[in-house]
Amino acid sequence: MKHENRSDNDPRYKVANREALIGVGLVIFNFIWWFAFAYGLGGKDPSEYTYVFGLPAWFFYSCVLGFVVMAVLVTIVVKKWFVEVPFDEEGDGK
Amino acid sequence: MNWQALLPLIGLLLIIFGVGIWAGKYIKFSNTFLQDYFLGGRSLGGFVLAMTMTATYGSASSFIGGPGTAYTEGLGWVLLAMTQVSTGYFVLMVLGKKFAIMTRKYKALTMVDFLKERYQSKWVVLISAFSIIIFLFSAMAAQWIGGARLIESLVGIPYTTALFIFALLVLIYVVIGGFRAVALTDAIQGTIMFIGTLILLIATIIAGGGISNIISDLNAENPNLITPYGAEGTLSPAFVSSFWILVGVGVVALPQITVRAMSYRDSRSMHRAIIIGTIVVGVIMLNMHLIGVFARPILPSIEVGDKVMPLIALEVMPNWLAGIVLAAPMAAIMSTVDSLLLLVSSSVVKDVYLNYMEPNASHQRVKRLSIGVTATLGVIVFLMALNPPDLIIWLNLFAFGGLEAAFIWPIVMGLYWRKGNKYGALASMVTGIGLYVLSDTFFPQPFGLHSVVLPVVVSFFAYVLVSLGTQNDSVSEAPS
Repeated sequence: MKHENRSDNDPRYKVANREALIGVGLVIFNFIWWFAFAYGLGGKDPSEYTYVFGLPAWFFYSCVLGFVVMAVLVTIVVKKWFVEVPFDEEGDGK
Repeated sequence: MNWQALLPLIGLLLIIFGVGIWAGKYIKFSNTFLQDYFLGGRSLGGFVLAMTMTATYGSASSFIGGPGTAYTEGLGWVLLAMTQVSTGYFVLMVLGKKFAIMTRKYKALTMVDFLKERYQSKWVVLISAFSIIIFLFSAMAAQWIGGARLIESLVGIPYTTALFIFALLVLIYVVIGGFRAVALTDAIQGTIMFIGTLILLIATIIAGGGISNIISDLNAENPNLITPYGAEGTLSPAFVSSFWILVGVGVVALPQITVRAMSYRDSRSMHRAIIIGTIVVGVIMLNMHLIGVFARPILPSIEVGDKVMPLIALEVMPNWLAGIVLAAPMAAIMSTVDSLLLLVSSSVVKDVYLNYMEPNASHQRVKRLSIGVTATLGVIVFLMALNPPDLIIWLNLFAFGGLEAAFIWPIVMGLYWRKGNKYGALASMVTGIGLYVLSDTFFPQPFGLHSVVLPVVVSFFAYVLVSLGTQNDSVSEAPS
């Protein structure tokens, strides 16, 4: 199968590349949040822990709140910045 | 025998069964058979896509082994499990539209098809197909063991009988229904996992006298249980962070996941799947592993980690409700097994047989072969699972790590870097797998990291350097 359009000229690939970079950005943010709260607050001796809703604070902020933040962030990013593009071309497939 | 718990479980299995057979009707007996059988005709909507991804990944490793390990290690293991939230958005964003467009252009039906068209190399195809067959086979065996264990502890029948029942159920609907059956049953199973773990977590918290109470019980037993470092203080930050690669971003390279990233209908489905997937993965992972930790003060002396989930369900809930909720791990295992089974079978039929043995096989023959291979593989896994090891999680992770080390760069760089070529891909796959197996055997935790990290890093350089070094040999092989 030969296609005339070179891959880098396809405007849809610009969209795809940008969205992939957004994915990488989100994962880095997620990791920093997760790591900083877990080991920043959780590194202390357990006798010095504070608690949120009965859970140790490090766990609450890192795992519970961190997840909520990511879910909200992903929703916003997808709704605002993700562009709908067609996948099929040249009438192939439906 | 615990009939009250058993009936809801049987009911669920019958429903799943029905869906599988119903989906089988959609498979056209024409030249689109392969696309229908192995890819569901590229027609998945957002919800089904999100659920099938979640369910495929939220496997026995996380469902049976995961809570079991959380039971032993405490909150540190929940922290580790939460690295999986990233899979919910990362996989679809990174493979994303580019993968969808390119696989349609290439008319690819499997991940190996994509690699074949992208790199135009027989060796890339053969190495990929064989690593998929070998690694996913061991993953599958681990899952079957989990499934049989669950039936064993729930119903109280011997392991072998349980394994047999489990195998028969899965085989029938996968063989008949193909990918569409798998995806649809995954959607049901994912929903059950979501609701089931939620109910069980709440019941466990109530039985333990509230979260504060449970945490102080854990603290009294061993303060390490509520730190991020695990019961013995052995979960180092470097080791736990490695799981961002193993069960987080590395998942983009798992063939059973990538095949889903080519099966959706349009961009809208993908966008919806990203949002739904992130939420569902997060909720399931958090609930399920917390259940494991919270079970500890309630049932303090469980020996076999794999039995934590069924035992705690039967302890804190009425039998009939436990039966419904335990359908969740059952669902998780079945949904992983069915995907793996189909994937290994597609590798054998599509990637090896049709590519190199008999490219002109008739449609009738391909159809018979697809179904026959799927069934035969099932029987072989069953025989392997008859004599199982105790903790399934490590066996399972070994397989996933191997595939990730092999495929992550050939796929990701193949998509986004035009200069990547077949020599780079081969170098990357060989380095990845070789180093992973060596490192896992001889230096289990280099620099305190999980053994998957180093191979992934080294194979990146192998890919880039070898590709750059061989530019002149392969001028015209960039994707067109």
